[in-house]
Amino acid sequence: MPFGLLKYGLLPSRRVPRRIPPTPELKPSYDVVIIGGGGHGLAAAYYLATVHGITNVAVLEKGYLAGGNTARNTAIIRSNYLTPEGVRFYDESVRLYQGLSNELGFNILYSERGHLTLAHTDAAVRTMRWRAEVNKHCGVNSELIFPDDIRKLAPSLNLSQDVRYPILAALHHPPGSIARHDAVAWGYAIGAARRGVEIHQQTEVTGLKREGNRIVAVETNRGTVACGKVLQAVAGSSTRLADMAGLRLPIKTVPLQACVSQPLKPFLDPIIVSGSLHVYISQSSRGELVMGGSTDPYPLYSTRSTLEFKETLMAHMLEMFPFLSEVRLLRQWAGMADMTPDFSPVMGETPLDNYYLDAGWGTWGFKATPVCGKRMAETVATGKAPDILHAFRLSRFEEFAQAGERGAASVGH
Amino acid sequence: MSAAPYRLPPHPGERIDRDKPVAFSFEGRTYEGLAGDTVASALAAHGVKILSRSFKYRRPRGVLTMAGQDANTLIQLGDAPNVPADTLAIAQGLEVAGQNYSGSLARDWGSWIGHFGRFLPVGFYYKAFFRPKGAWRFWEPVVRGRAGLGRVDVKAHHRYYDKAYAWHDVAVIGGGPAGMAAALEAARAGADVLLVEENPYLGGSLAYARADAEGELALRRLTQLSGAVRGAGVRVMTGAMCQGVFGENWLSVIQGDRMHKVRAKEVVLATGSVEQPAIFRNNDLPGIMQGSAAQRLIRLYGVRPGKRAIVVTANSDGYGVALDLLDAGVEVAALLDLRAAPPSCARSEAARQRGVRVVPRYAPWEGVIGKDGTVSGLRIARVVGHGRCDAPDETIDCDLICMSIGYAPSAQLLHHAGGKAAYDKASATFTIRGVPPHMAVAGSMDGAYEIEAAMTDGRRAGWDAVTRLGKTADEPPMASKGGAGWNHPWPVFPHPEGKDFVDFDEDLQVSDIRNAIAEGYDHIELLKRYSTAGMGPSQGRHTALTLARLAAEATGRDIEIVGATTVRPPVSGEKFGHLAGRGFEPVRLTAMHHRHVELGAQMMPAGLWLRPAYYATPDKRAEAIRAEAAAVREGVGIIDVSTLGGFDVRGPDAAELLNRLYTFNYKNQPVGRARYALMCDQTGAIIDDGVAARFHDQHFYVTATTGGADRVYQSMLWWNAQWRLDVDVTSLTAAYAGVNIAGPRARDALAKLCKDVDLSANAFPYMGVRLGTVAGIPARLLRVGFVGELGYELHVPASQGEALWDALLYAGREFDIRPFGVEAQRLLRMEKGHIIVGQDTDGETHPYMADMGWAIAKKKPFFIGMRAIAAQMQRPLPRKLVGFALTNPLDPVPEECHLVVRDGAIVGRVTSAAYSDSLRRIIGLAFVAPDQTEPGSRFTIKIGEKKLIEAEVVKLPFYDPDGKRQEM
Repeated sequence: MPFGLLKYGLLPSRRVPRRIPPTPELKPSYDVVIIGGGGHGLAAAYYLATVHGITNVAVLEKGYLAGGNTARNTAIIRSNYLTPEGVRFYDESVRLYQGLSNELGFNILYSERGHLTLAHTDAAVRTMRWRAEVNKHCGVNSELIFPDDIRKLAPSLNLSQDVRYPILAALHHPPGSIARHDAVAWGYAIGAARRGVEIHQQTEVTGLKREGNRIVAVETNRGTVACGKVLQAVAGSSTRLADMAGLRLPIKTVPLQACVSQPLKPFLDPIIVSGSLHVYISQSSRGELVMGGSTDPYPLYSTRSTLEFKETLMAHMLEMFPFLSEVRLLRQWAGMADMTPDFSPVMGETPLDNYYLDAGWGTWGFKATPVCGKRMAETVATGKAPDILHAFRLSRFEEFAQAGERGAASVGH
Repeated sequence: MSAAPYRLPPHPGERIDRDKPVAFSFEGRTYEGLAGDTVASALAAHGVKILSRSFKYRRPRGVLTMAGQDANTLIQLGDAPNVPADTLAIAQGLEVAGQNYSGSLARDWGSWIGHFGRFLPVGFYYKAFFRPKGAWRFWEPVVRGRAGLGRVDVKAHHRYYDKAYAWHDVAVIGGGPAGMAAALEAARAGADVLLVEENPYLGGSLAYARADAEGELALRRLTQLSGAVRGAGVRVMTGAMCQGVFGENWLSVIQGDRMHKVRAKEVVLATGSVEQPAIFRNNDLPGIMQGSAAQRLIRLYGVRPGKRAIVVTANSDGYGVALDLLDAGVEVAALLDLRAAPPSCARSEAARQRGVRVVPRYAPWEGVIGKDGTVSGLRIARVVGHGRCDAPDETIDCDLICMSIGYAPSAQLLHHAGGKAAYDKASATFTIRGVPPHMAVAGSMDGAYEIEAAMTDGRRAGWDAVTRLGKTADEPPMASKGGAGWNHPWPVFPHPEGKDFVDFDEDLQVSDIRNAIAEGYDHIELLKRYSTAGMGPSQGRHTALTLARLAAEATGRDIEIVGATTVRPPVSGEKFGHLAGRGFEPVRLTAMHHRHVELGAQMMPAGLWLRPAYYATPDKRAEAIRAEAAAVREGVGIIDVSTLGGFDVRGPDAAELLNRLYTFNYKNQPVGRARYALMCDQTGAIIDDGVAARFHDQHFYVTATTGGADRVYQSMLWWNAQWRLDVDVTSLTAAYAGVNIAGPRARDALAKLCKDVDLSANAFPYMGVRLGTVAGIPARLLRVGFVGELGYELHVPASQGEALWDALLYAGREFDIRPFGVEAQRLLRMEKGHIIVGQDTDGETHPYMADMGWAIAKKKPFFIGMRAIAAQMQRPLPRKLVGFALTNPLDPVPEECHLVVRDGAIVGRVTSAAYSDSLRRIIGLAFVAPDQTEPGSRFTIKIGEKKLIEAEVVKLPFYDPDGKRQEM
């Protein structure tokens, strides 16, 4: 039995210390205000405190801690992207993730399962090979594999050629992983709070006070605070918050739904994605099947669930895993995905002098939590985005220098 | 097989058929039940109490609700995991087993873990298993193996499920007293009413509860109401589960193998309430169940739930339970009433008169575990305050404990629709606070607990619904509601030793919840996420209330604002098969499909279509492709191009529409000519190509790629709607079949079939288009050349496609005509330097990048993507598409998407490559750096991990650079 549990179990009172502090009163001013208490904002706060020694920081969260998209994503981590810039960025994230439990002293249940992106058409095979070649060139482990090897990794997958969309090949990405999404945010929150960062839950930003080219104060439902610098990290509400700062973002927000089955004994190790069938699935360490599909077909600021989503998802799911027809769905939910034209995020400086952007996270935000937090902390601390974020700058859209990752999006959009 | 020792004599209202014995097996042992039994009731009749093992501590579990609302009774049914044993009807030969154990269900050698509970606190897995780095790799499989409940059989087959649709004025969910009264009221006012009941019979609580001392009222009301409902023309669906309410009253109702999707103008929710457990040590033992569960066993299934019972209650329903137990021959050892001074009612008086020992102000302190792991007694203690007791002062032997301490509304569907519920101190439970439009609630979920009140409330809800529909009916009275006296505000008696379960699914104890809050997870949603309370199969039905109470207590916040966690669909476990239905994966076949198959073609998917890849068995693939290509180069070949998109664009603004959608100029295009059509998106990226054939000043026929046809059509309609041009667009994609006949003998072959069009080079030149007949079939003839030879695309009505194909093959016999597939076509077009959109382009390829600046009309004012392309052309091209040939003939053929590298950086990639027989070398198309584009430049292709090969840029096209062959 691990020592940590032994120690806990033998404590006379078995009373645990408080790890996430209660929301304090707002101070009149902070060096840095981070808007958004999700994984990204909390990670940025953590690295501001640990790497840059900046601790006069307030993280403002309109709901409960990490209750937005951090709570709603399907927790897949991978770096098998298409552009060298994307691969390099997400690879740094994977590396940070691999050591994150020990860094934070909080088990994020990081589980390396391997990631299979299935190709059902020769066009998809081509894209998979493209990704594999770019990945390998960048030192990331990805390989195009064919049904005999797919069968070894996922013996339960239907590899029959007598189906509507036979599986021709797959992009195999061994580092592909899942983790407990909430734990990532909690671990960062605890680490940041321990170093003096204030986390304000139930604190909604209602306005941004601008003077000249600076945001001088952040107005909230609990009062106004002056700020040295502001970091926006509010996936799903990016355009609405940026609007308060007078910024217009090339983002449209669409719901992204997901669902989970009742717990089952383990039978599926790898994470399996089919872009053509709009399906992805993994089995959590609790035994639940965590599943999702494509984003909803129209923009909407709502996290409502739809019946159509799960009907289509399951029709396709049963093509891939016909034996799941008797398994039961436990719960479905939705998040909001901030889609950019090139399927890459927007990070770094803005036309405002002290306002920094962490947005456009579409369906790929969770996997970037550590690297984005770390690099955005660096951006805020130094006032300049590091090279690794250059490809994701806001100005790339007016320059037509997109970081095209549509081909690496896990499912259709 | 033995007689069922716990089966009661027949009584009115039971749902079993005494004349129909049914044999089934559980855990490998055969039992006999009766038709109408569920697995759990039939097993209970044989005294079998342990049905499964719990999630974390592997504790034995048995019946809790008898209503399919908990994880305790989830069992394995063949290949189907997690099937609720308390609602699964038995059938002859049915084989079921318990879940989540090692060894046997009765003796699970994995249950040791329960003794180590103190070392497995809430969220224990977050606190450990990761030191030293990499330790979780070892521990995770251990944790995974223990987690999970049932097993899937990966060899099982997909069963049959389907879907149906229905539309109703009013849908009433829940066939209890309130639901039936609502349905009746609405139907009498003339509405078309659907009544959905999850049980196989109407009645709800009327079917099992005891509302009066005599135990007759409920059944009498049930008979009256169900008779009236059936007589009023209500559509009644029993055994039907409404799993969700989606936008605009869109309901999913599952019945049998079918999912009914129902649109209702008005919805009345009368889904009742869920009896709540009392929290005390070992409250999870088999033999401890809700009072209503015991009543269901007795009244629905004629099963005596035990021999010696203790009732734990805080309301008058508990006394009804005691009376039912007595009637069923169960000795009631004691009735603990948590209340200090229980008020008297008819049922309590009757219980006292029948000698029940009523012990007020006493709480269950600890369940005693018997030898077989089920309950064998209860230690009781005097209540001295809020959840506090004196030391236990008595142990009472029993094999059954019935809990009746209060209810929580079954408001899941209300939550799905956006309604709200909040804790209400007066009634000490959640109450409905906000009902969405076009919805009403009634019955016990609305706080109307008494039968008469529920019926009145139901009538009122039915009247509300029909009134909103514009029907007139007399206004019924308001029901008396408010649940004071039904729900105990604090039925929680934490034990220093724990095992006082708040959540049975997840094995969470009071201390787990308190510790989670103490660690700072004090928002109700955080608490749920950290502790996993309410995340199991029961979705918090029995947990949410206690969670709110404990959270309010620990944080000092008002329980009315602590609230409950968000409730999401579905209401209960919903089979993937039901959601999927029959599935619908359409496949489109061209008119000539069967001919391809007869000719031995290997078919490949292309969008929704199947196309012939090549005509041979897979082992002869390479030879077949070469032979097909050779036929086109040297003689004549035909290829089925029916899958290309085809659109008729007609109207005065036809040319204007094309001018805006495509890059070329179409306004000055002569009638009888075709022009290349290249489409970009608003970022300037190439998204499709085809040709635009002008048959009339106001009529173009435009083709599109197979994969892009739908998108092009949508785009045409969308932009036409935006611009409001005077033009109509019709998709002919499926209406027309197409064949391309190509090769030096194409004209000779076609001439045998086409007498009304002058095919001579002068009369019908390259890029000309004509209307005529081929083999007597009216046809659109397009002289275009994707493969670089003399060729004609013939587009005919799809009904004639096969006839055209046959006629061409017959006419071409003397020229050794040969069908060719997509693979040969890809090679031939590459030799000619033609791109395939999506293969030789990607989401950021604008025309200049693809070396197709020639396809852009420079002088027109606008086309989609024009501004973006102009902006990008302000800067140097980042890469460009070129033709290449390998310099070393011994190098392997590069694969599509092998990278072009320079100095360790990626500068481009191969998009197409193949060995060309015509050119006798390996050729291809590739993106290269802008300074590598001159013919003769050399660049490096990376093959595999390390191997680098050299290629030389070759001016396009490789084949017939002067175009003499296609223009002959």
